[in-house]
Amino acid sequence: MDLSILWYLVPAVVMFCAGVYGFVTRKNMIALLISLELILNAADLNFVVFNRFLFPGSMEGMVFTLFAIAIAAAETAVAIAIIINIYRAVGNTDINSVKQMKY
Amino acid sequence: MDSVANIILYFVVAISIVVFSVLAVTSRRILRAATYLLFVLLSTAVLYFQLGYQFLGAVQIAVYAGGIMVLFVFAILLTHKPDEKAAPLKSHRRAVGLTMSVAGLVLLLLAIFTMPVLHGVSLAECLEAGRTITMHDIGTVFTGTDKFQYLLPFEAISILLLACIIGGVVVARKR
Repeated sequence: MDLSILWYLVPAVVMFCAGVYGFVTRKNMIALLISLELILNAADLNFVVFNRFLFPGSMEGMVFTLFAIAIAAAETAVAIAIIINIYRAVGNTDINSVKQMKY
Repeated sequence: MDSVANIILYFVVAISIVVFSVLAVTSRRILRAATYLLFVLLSTAVLYFQLGYQFLGAVQIAVYAGGIMVLFVFAILLTHKPDEKAAPLKSHRRAVGLTMSVAGLVLLLLAIFTMPVLHGVSLAECLEAGRTITMHDIGTVFTGTDKFQYLLPFEAISILLLACIIGGVVVARKR
């Protein structure tokens, strides 16, 4: 039995689709952000897997994933700052209570 | 031919990724959802280690499972009462989400299982074919300007992080 590339793509696909489900169904902004992290993580995993199996001599997929992790950290920090600000203005973090950007 | 230990490790990690990512988006308690996300991120780090990217696995644990999760937990504790449950999903909303995600899942699985380029070599062969990536390689890649070297994106990321620090403070400070 061999661990081929397909074995590593399947968990990434399931992770991605779980993220899409959460992004469509959840209403809490932090839950949306959690779904977004799942989607990003699945994409990162795909980069690394393709790098390892299709181009084992190079390391570009790994470098791209490192950049993606750094950008995801920055994005999460700003998003959480915005969510806390909305919570201060509106009183909850429900996505439906933010109808306009001005408070 | 891969070793039995590697295959067992793969199955444990893959099953935990599948289970915890589904739990993370279906749990009605937000703090539990964040904890399940933490498990997913740690399992992904194990996959990185297994694929031979030790530095990437360490970064995943330190930045994602460390930094981002702390941010999440802080934000949840600031904005939610303890033991607060989300309202149950409306059925049409769940139907839309299930349709989208299951259709996407089936399409993607069909695509990757019928793609001819994806069949063949095993992990052990790839690990032998590729060189092990040392810290020296990573340092050279991030501090050079030749082909396949990324000094400019590296500096751009540092400016982006500075902008994010300032932006986060400005957005979240008390008025």
